[in-house]
Amino acid sequence: MASFPFTALVGQDELKLALQIATVDPNIGGVLVFGDRGTGKSTAIRALAQLLPMMRVTEGCTYPCDPRLEGLGCVPECPALSGDAGVAEVPVPVVDLPLGATEDRVVGALDLEAALTRGERRFSPGLLARAHRGFLYIDEVNLLPDHLVDMLLDVAASGENVVEREGVSVRHPARFVLIGSGNPEEGELRPQLLDRFGLSLEVRTPQEVPTRVEVVRRRMAFEDDPETFRARFADDEAALTTRLSEAKARLGEVEVGDHAVERASALCQALGTDGLRGELTLIRAARAAASLAGDPAIADGHLRQVAPLALRHRLRRAVLEDVGSTARVAKAVAEVFGEEAPAS
Amino acid sequence: MSGAAGGEPFGLRAGEDASGWPRVQRALALFAIDPVGLGGLWIRSGPDPRREAVVAWAKGLVGDVPWLRLPSHVTEDRLLGGLALAETLERGRMIHERGLLARADGGVVVAPMAERLEANVVAALGAALDRGELVVEREGLAARVHCRLGLIALDEGREDEAMPAPLRDRLAFPLDLAAPDLRGPRPPAPEGVADARARLADVAVSGAAVEALVKGALALDIPSLRAAILAARAARANAALGGRAEVVAEDLEMAARLVLGPRAQHVPETAEEEPPEDETPEEEMPEERPNDPSPSSEEPPEDGPAPEALDDVVLEAAASAIPAGLLDALRSGSTRSAATSGQAGALGKSDAGGRPAGTLAMTPRPGQRLNVVETLRAAAPWQKLRRRGEGPVQVRKSDFRVTRFRQKTETRVIFCVDASGSAALRRLAEAKGAVERVLADCYVRRDHVAMLAFRGSGAELVLPPTRSLTRARRELAGMAGGGTTPIAAGLDAARALALDARRRGQTPLVVVMTDGRANVARDGRPDPAAAREDALTSARALRSEGIACLFLDTAPRPRPRGRALAEALGARYLPLPYLDAAGVSREVQGLARAGVA
Repeated sequence: MASFPFTALVGQDELKLALQIATVDPNIGGVLVFGDRGTGKSTAIRALAQLLPMMRVTEGCTYPCDPRLEGLGCVPECPALSGDAGVAEVPVPVVDLPLGATEDRVVGALDLEAALTRGERRFSPGLLARAHRGFLYIDEVNLLPDHLVDMLLDVAASGENVVEREGVSVRHPARFVLIGSGNPEEGELRPQLLDRFGLSLEVRTPQEVPTRVEVVRRRMAFEDDPETFRARFADDEAALTTRLSEAKARLGEVEVGDHAVERASALCQALGTDGLRGELTLIRAARAAASLAGDPAIADGHLRQVAPLALRHRLRRAVLEDVGSTARVAKAVAEVFGEEAPAS
Repeated sequence: MSGAAGGEPFGLRAGEDASGWPRVQRALALFAIDPVGLGGLWIRSGPDPRREAVVAWAKGLVGDVPWLRLPSHVTEDRLLGGLALAETLERGRMIHERGLLARADGGVVVAPMAERLEANVVAALGAALDRGELVVEREGLAARVHCRLGLIALDEGREDEAMPAPLRDRLAFPLDLAAPDLRGPRPPAPEGVADARARLADVAVSGAAVEALVKGALALDIPSLRAAILAARAARANAALGGRAEVVAEDLEMAARLVLGPRAQHVPETAEEEPPEDETPEEEMPEERPNDPSPSSEEPPEDGPAPEALDDVVLEAAASAIPAGLLDALRSGSTRSAATSGQAGALGKSDAGGRPAGTLAMTPRPGQRLNVVETLRAAAPWQKLRRRGEGPVQVRKSDFRVTRFRQKTETRVIFCVDASGSAALRRLAEAKGAVERVLADCYVRRDHVAMLAFRGSGAELVLPPTRSLTRARRELAGMAGGGTTPIAAGLDAARALALDARRRGQTPLVVVMTDGRANVARDGRPDPAAAREDALTSARALRSEGIACLFLDTAPRPRPRGRALAEALGARYLPLPYLDAAGVSREVQGLARAGVA
């Protein structure tokens, strides 16, 4: 089934920005999208898959590993290790972790088929292997069974999936951007999981009539004739793909000045966020935003733009306080940067 | 084009009368025209012959497509598919079984007892309705299965209980078969559905039409955007049924009545002025219908009426279809309308059932479940060695795997709060503070919190059992105080809620907040002596169930009557003036741990 085009999504700017940042800098630590029903959370995330630039992988490797073997390297059998493997280009994977997935399919397990029919002990890789270097998307992340959540957190933190079951012993790289979505009314997310996400945001149903009308019209037009609708946005989609590729390529060149780091620290201090992860994520996200905008260095505008995304879920919980965390971040931003500057 | 232009196929003109059986029929016909687009029917009714008739009707209208009824408490492997164990064992290779949703592709799924669907089933159905396909990653199977389907949800929930919101959001037509206008004989079955289905793709929906529906949904305070989308599709199906190439005013009117009205969260001003038709079913005069053959006299249907006129059509039609009970609730400002309440019970249950949490290699003891698939997996590598030549799969004791379930140490903390009298507001604020604090602390432990308030003549469930901070904040904000003090009623309600928690495998803990000055007896008489006696009786009943209890005396200066009540409850007694929210939470946590251990 063809997906709704990303560039055809009406509004939801913060969601779109977060997904673009995660594409440009996969080390951002994942995106958590919470919000109202019917706001197109999962539509947006699935739409992202069609925009992603291609990536180079080692031909013939079970895991879509980087032919230069950067990062964690690969499994001992990987053809790249023997030095004469070919290189292929594949789309960056976006893997759905559906509800009801069983653990064996997520982490991988003994290949039952091979074992039953041929008596072979073979490893059948799971979703984590497929998501390597791409995205792992969990819809209704707050309904995921605890034991799967724990396992995912462990793998996400280590970048490696270790399987020891039924006599198979496998260790393979699994670095992925975790994207979760859900509706808070159907169950809270465990705080431990919340903190692991780099960026978080809440999407709301738009309230303005024209926006709502446009959402409904586009949705209907897409369903009536997906191909024509997609053709309408083909240019926009291609342009965004290019922009993402370029932003990714020049990410390392974006200057992270002392001033930006100081500003980020001041902001985190004002908000009392725990640990250094907040600052780090804030800087990373601002750098990706700068790169997306084609700017040579992180400026205050970028920090302002991404501060709510990077920080709102790291505040010490003032539980049930009517002032939402977004408002608290906004207040701190205003304190540190001064009142609303012209949008950059 | 049978019966399209001249006479409407149903014996009613679209837009003129959409109450009573014609309304139900119309919803069924539109659903049958576009089951996938419209999601389905949300039928609220007990197990009633009328309901069976409506389902059979729908089946006849939808035609010859797969028609599957979900077993109650359907498991994920039945729903999504998985390993077909018998065949796998017999043939010695992997055989997979298609799930119910995949088998229903292109057809209709009937979900009985929809109010009790587990969260994971709800999520699977929601995904199927949204995308028409599912990703299945189960038991060695990785597949993308098609499941374009319509859903008929049979919701038998009473009062607070209702089908989970994610499904309500996705089904176009809420039908309450208990509505007063559904007595009497049913008209004959509708025709023209198949023709309309063929025409559907050619029906145009103008921007003005969409705008009118969107504005209507906004004016009625319907939060989800899906409502407007479903209404637009309903309007289109209605136009197809009427043989029109474009959606016109009467289609919007019908869509507003069927889709938007029953979802209203707010009564728009136009509806306040004139009483909605649905409230007085007697006004419906079936014999008057043939006297007025001109189609929709107010609006010229083909000429594209002015957008403002369309907006009014939508709003008026929707307002007229707001169910009477809901209307009263909305007018009285009650925040707990039928449309929003009751999800916590059904959803909360899913966790308490004990989710599997991995497997252990061990021989199952009584009460434990053998995990057949995992056992098979464990046995699989050894088959070549164990069996000589052909033969069935050989499973040995060492292969046994047992499913571990998450330990049920969940607590349901039930606040039973005195909301009466002049000091109520201050006490309520304290109680809310305590509930919030306890909820926050429970958050990490994944416990549930509920809150009852008693005042006037009885007790009210202000916050149904929930773990959701979002939901708790919303419900607590709307809580009011004042009136007399029916302590017995409050304690009885707390006991019922505590016993309900036990049935769900949770450990109940009741926190009573009152000054102990009962002045309304159980039968509602304002007799202080009887009221005190009743309160003590209710307290002893609570105690006899062995329910852990905490008594917070809210009197400015603690008096003996509070302590007496606490003793009857077997409760730990704490005078509130010396405690803040954090202190209350500490006490609750302490007691919860003691209760669970």
